[in-house]
Amino acid sequence: MSDTVIKVENLGKKYVIRHQQNQRYTALRDVLTNKAISLGKKLLHPFALCSMPFADSSREEFWALKDVSFEVKQGDRIGIIGRNGAGKTTLLKLLSRITEPTTGRIAIKGRVASLLEVGTGFHPELTGRENIFLNGAILGMTKNEIKRKFDEIVEFAEIEKFLDTPVKRYSSGMYVRLAFAVAAHLEPEILLVDEVLAVGDAAFQKKCLGKMENVSTREGRTVLFVSHNMPSIGNLCGQAIQLSDGKVSITGRAIDVVHHYMAEFNGDEEFLPPSGSLLAQDEELDVTLFHGCDAQGLRKKFFTTSDKVSFKIGYRLKQHLQGLRVGLDFLSVSDGEVIFRSFDDDMIPRQRAPGPKEVICSIPSHLLKPGVYLARLQIGVHNVRWIVNGSVSEKITVELIDGVNKLYGDYRPGKIMPRTEWIYLESGRV
Amino acid sequence: MNDLSQKELIIEAGRTEGQYWRDLYRYRELFYFLSWRDILVRYKQTVIGIAWAVIRPFLTMVVFTIVFGKLAKLPSDGAPYPILVFSAVLPWQFFANALSETSNSLIGNANLISKIYFPRLIIPASSVITSFVDFLISAIILVALIIWYQFVPGWRIVTLPFFVAIAFAASMGCGLWLAALNVKYRDFRYIIPFIVQFGLFISPVGFSSSIVPGKWRMLYSLNPMVGVIDGFRWAIIGGQTLIYWPGFLVSLSLVVILLITGIRYFRKTEKTFADVI
Repeated sequence: MSDTVIKVENLGKKYVIRHQQNQRYTALRDVLTNKAISLGKKLLHPFALCSMPFADSSREEFWALKDVSFEVKQGDRIGIIGRNGAGKTTLLKLLSRITEPTTGRIAIKGRVASLLEVGTGFHPELTGRENIFLNGAILGMTKNEIKRKFDEIVEFAEIEKFLDTPVKRYSSGMYVRLAFAVAAHLEPEILLVDEVLAVGDAAFQKKCLGKMENVSTREGRTVLFVSHNMPSIGNLCGQAIQLSDGKVSITGRAIDVVHHYMAEFNGDEEFLPPSGSLLAQDEELDVTLFHGCDAQGLRKKFFTTSDKVSFKIGYRLKQHLQGLRVGLDFLSVSDGEVIFRSFDDDMIPRQRAPGPKEVICSIPSHLLKPGVYLARLQIGVHNVRWIVNGSVSEKITVELIDGVNKLYGDYRPGKIMPRTEWIYLESGRV
Repeated sequence: MNDLSQKELIIEAGRTEGQYWRDLYRYRELFYFLSWRDILVRYKQTVIGIAWAVIRPFLTMVVFTIVFGKLAKLPSDGAPYPILVFSAVLPWQFFANALSETSNSLIGNANLISKIYFPRLIIPASSVITSFVDFLISAIILVALIIWYQFVPGWRIVTLPFFVAIAFAASMGCGLWLAALNVKYRDFRYIIPFIVQFGLFISPVGFSSSIVPGKWRMLYSLNPMVGVIDGFRWAIIGGQTLIYWPGFLVSLSLVVILLITGIRYFRKTEKTFADVI
């Protein structure tokens, strides 16, 4: 007996897309008319090829997944990432038997529960209590199982007071909490989760993540987790699979895959600046370039807390300028506060000959908190004038992937999150 | 603790899983929960609640008794006319309700179908069960009528469960067809009210089928509800009511065919529900 619980081989799913049709379903009328037309054609041209109906230009085949193969071992926590339309949800739908594959084969050992949406089957007219039972049954729990866990579910959802109120009168937060509480108490051997954590407030999200982590580490359960939230993939999953255009593009350690995914994201054309255009112009200096970058100077917009966050500035100096300073303001987008300002001559006095220049400014790794930041270009002549005063800016995102702490995934207050040194003295007592 | 040595589930294109019927058994509680939900929801925010299940067939019975019994003076086969009518209204209402509920059941539960797996057969089946509960509740009226007219049914009343089973099979068979077709062709949404409306007059609800001329009875029995209603009357009223056996057998075999093909067609199309709905 091997401990492979899911084995996927050459899996493919084809959809037929119909153009020029707004309805998702067919009307019997159309089917009948089409049949009549093709019958008429057959009668008129009995020797014409029978493939006529397939030459229909309004139909197009689309492979949502193609040749996907992978294996999952018992107790693995696998993250599935990829852009919108990469086939993540289709993969989960196939694994959970909601829809049938077109090609390929899946072998699964153990009870599967899928969570493609929180609160599937909730009925707005029913009370919280009734919905717990209904939802539980739909997710595959038995009545006794639900009864046994009922109190635990209610406590987890924090809705004791509203247990006998129809859920249509719940706030959306309560609704989501209740729905997730039911789902979190499922006890399948394999759990498939889609993007469900995107809802709910931050505190509740943490609680759910904690619960899921517990479930898989303590009880050896296998979890497949689809998310756009890179930090939670990094925190929760050991392994990850990246899908692009319906194919597996990379598998491996979650952190590596997430890095790969973000690197690919950074290479996107949509982020490339219009080439040749000037960002700012002045009699003495033109700004040609300003963007976030990696150590090699390649454009980058998404960083992790373990990356050095760098910016590349390109400018053309038209004549010698005494007292020129090239620098930037670094702001947090959430509150608009300037975190720091820095200039290229802070440490070393600079003498610049006229001509094109490129300079990289780097912020050490393990310093910034996860968040969205804005860097504003500040170029000026000391005590004389500003040449560029914040009119050129670049927005970057820093994400937390590995977690602050090796043991606990806790929240850190404060503006920055530096990795500090802690040294215990030999003598012991402090 | 974890029973990992258990059977491996294989998912492949076009595979007809023997798993299906086992799954149906495993999800048996869902029949109960979905029916329970439908019943609960149906009468939420209504003033008289479940009494609606009694009032509707009762009023139908009153109108039919007046129109067919008092005005048209049709024969009653020796039983009080209200009992004659009600022993037909009962299975008819069951069939009609089940038909309209099942045909919309899959679309009404589209969110479940596209988000979670369970044998889809459970959805239309639990709609039939919901209608069956209404049927049982309105059966109270029949008991009341029997007491009111001090009418003593004969031994044949014990065969009633058999005819109830046929009514169940007829509702299920037609319901499965319509439910599956409705997913793909929403036209059936408009067809069903017609079936239900015409069926009430085409089927022998307000009158005894003995008034249909002999040469037409075979043709008349092609309506599966004719066999069911005749059977109900035969079991409840007893006495002079006679079943036209050849016609009954035609009805019965039609019901069986409908049920089997219904399940087949449903199973065949079921896999694509999530993609089409």
